Amino acid sequence: MPCIEACGLRKAFGTTIALDGIDLRVEEGRILGLIGPNGAGKTTALNAILGLTPYQGELKVLGRDPWRERDQLMRDVCFMADIAVLPRWLRVSQALDYVAGVHPRFDRAKAEGFLAKTAIKRTGKVRELSKGMVTQLHLALVMAIDAKLLVLDEPTLGLDILYRKQFYDSLLNDYFDRSRTILVTTHQVEEIQNVLTDLMFIDRGRIVLSCNMEEFESRYAEVMVNPDRLAAARAFRPMHERQLLGRSILLFDRVSRDQLTGLGEVRTPSIADLFVAVMGNQAAPPRMNDARGNHQRHTYQGVSR
Amino acid sequence: MNSPSNAMPEAFGSQLDPPAALSPTQPFYWSMRRELWEYRSIYLAPLAIAGVILLGSAFTLVPLAHTMRTAMALDPSQQRQALARPFDVAAGLIMGAAFIVSIFYSLDALYGERRDRSILFWKSLPVSDLTTVLSKASIPLLVLPAVAFAITVVTESIMLFLNSLVLLASGLSVATLWARLELYTTMLMLLYHLVTIHMLWYAPLYAWLLLISAWARRAPFLWAVLPPFAIGIFEKIAFHSSHFLAFLEYRFSGGSEAVNNMQGNFPMDPGMQLTPSKFLATPGLWMGLALAAIFLVAAARLRRYRTPL
Repeated sequence: MPCIEACGLRKAFGTTIALDGIDLRVEEGRILGLIGPNGAGKTTALNAILGLTPYQGELKVLGRDPWRERDQLMRDVCFMADIAVLPRWLRVSQALDYVAGVHPRFDRAKAEGFLAKTAIKRTGKVRELSKGMVTQLHLALVMAIDAKLLVLDEPTLGLDILYRKQFYDSLLNDYFDRSRTILVTTHQVEEIQNVLTDLMFIDRGRIVLSCNMEEFESRYAEVMVNPDRLAAARAFRPMHERQLLGRSILLFDRVSRDQLTGLGEVRTPSIADLFVAVMGNQAAPPRMNDARGNHQRHTYQGVSR
Repeated sequence: MNSPSNAMPEAFGSQLDPPAALSPTQPFYWSMRRELWEYRSIYLAPLAIAGVILLGSAFTLVPLAHTMRTAMALDPSQQRQALARPFDVAAGLIMGAAFIVSIFYSLDALYGERRDRSILFWKSLPVSDLTTVLSKASIPLLVLPAVAFAITVVTESIMLFLNSLVLLASGLSVATLWARLELYTTMLMLLYHLVTIHMLWYAPLYAWLLLISAWARRAPFLWAVLPPFAIGIFEKIAFHSSHFLAFLEYRFSGGSEAVNNMQGNFPMDPGMQLTPSKFLATPGLWMGLALAAIFLVAAARLRRYRTPL
């Protein structure tokens, strides 16, 4: 059984189409990155998967209809929408008590173990914690839940690079095993390049690229072309071309590396470079490294209603 | 904002324990607990009022001996009025505080979680919208009346204890005071009043406020109060009738006509007769409870669609 299966998933807010017929299949044990510019429909897609919003089309998460069977589904699905959602008045001990009280799959000892490795005090309130510590607390709660699907919507927004790296390290080392599925959206794509097993680009409610990371590495090649070979390189029809320090960097799709090696230095592109190449051909300049919280907020207001 | 010691949770055993079974009432119980964590005014406001009352009643202790001697000269029916007044005021103030907290709590309960965006955290846990709404409704319907009752009993016991000490020190009999106050009876009547009026008769009022707090995008207080009045005024101007305003007035004060035989008196006057069967036979009670149920189910349904503001 696939973890998530969608067919013709649609969602419109008035005349704005947030999801325009999405087909999606995520197998168990994958880590899928859903990447897209602001307002592309990422949050709407996640909200549909989490049963937070009604939709048209077919959607099954762990074999259930997320809108109709939300209460049962949430025993097996966990999500961190944004770091701000832990209420500020909550004490750390109360958070542990509450989740232990309502979640049948919560392992309190595990969460306490995670927290023991941080500087978070049990008696502290969320409002007294730094942004990074709130994320640590939320992650400790989430990782102690034995869920089948974990959905992360901009989980590291507004965190500095140390916390961001730690976040994904602990997620991979302490949480992920081959039976769990993780779905993550973020603008900080460089940091999850080595975390993901699958990649999906979404723009204006449509999936514009979908591949797994092995495919990604074999399919796409970036060449820093020697100036004298530029015409020869362009003959292979690059999907994107950019200038860097006076050199041309060309991105190729499905051109064998043997053919490219003579043209210059060949390497696997970063997700960010591919994203710019794919989106650059379509729309306004995407924001790739946006770390400020107000943009996420804007996405919520603009798209998720 | 961080130091190297703030390491993210690190390596931990990955074997999973079998999930422990939860009883279905667990999520409800913990949801109620969380309301008490968030809205500490539920018990702090009545406690603060009780503190003020105790402080104020200390001043009645000074002329107490004189009050007692004056009261002794009156006939027994008037004695109660003279002696029990501070006790009735105390009970009334604590009840009033609890009622005001009920109003403001109900208006904020389903609005505040959207305003601070914590609704997404609560929704990430396996607690249904109905459980959440019912746990929130139980605060004005069960918790606050219980809190008001418990605090009143404790406050009046302390007052009685202090009064008795002063009377004994003045060489007066405490028997008259105890006999006239009938504290045990009045506390039972207080309980009766809280159950009939504050819980049952006002149930649709709280449910209405909860519904508005789930619905409104801003200013839930105005949305809860103005439209009903607008309807009443519209009816008055357009049709020269006031059925809707009468309906509203009945929803506020109609219950007290049925619960005892002495309207207008303080609800804990031990001289009055309770008429629970008359109260239970009032159609308005059952219509109100049905209305409350409809409002609560609607609020739970609305919450399904709700995202942070």
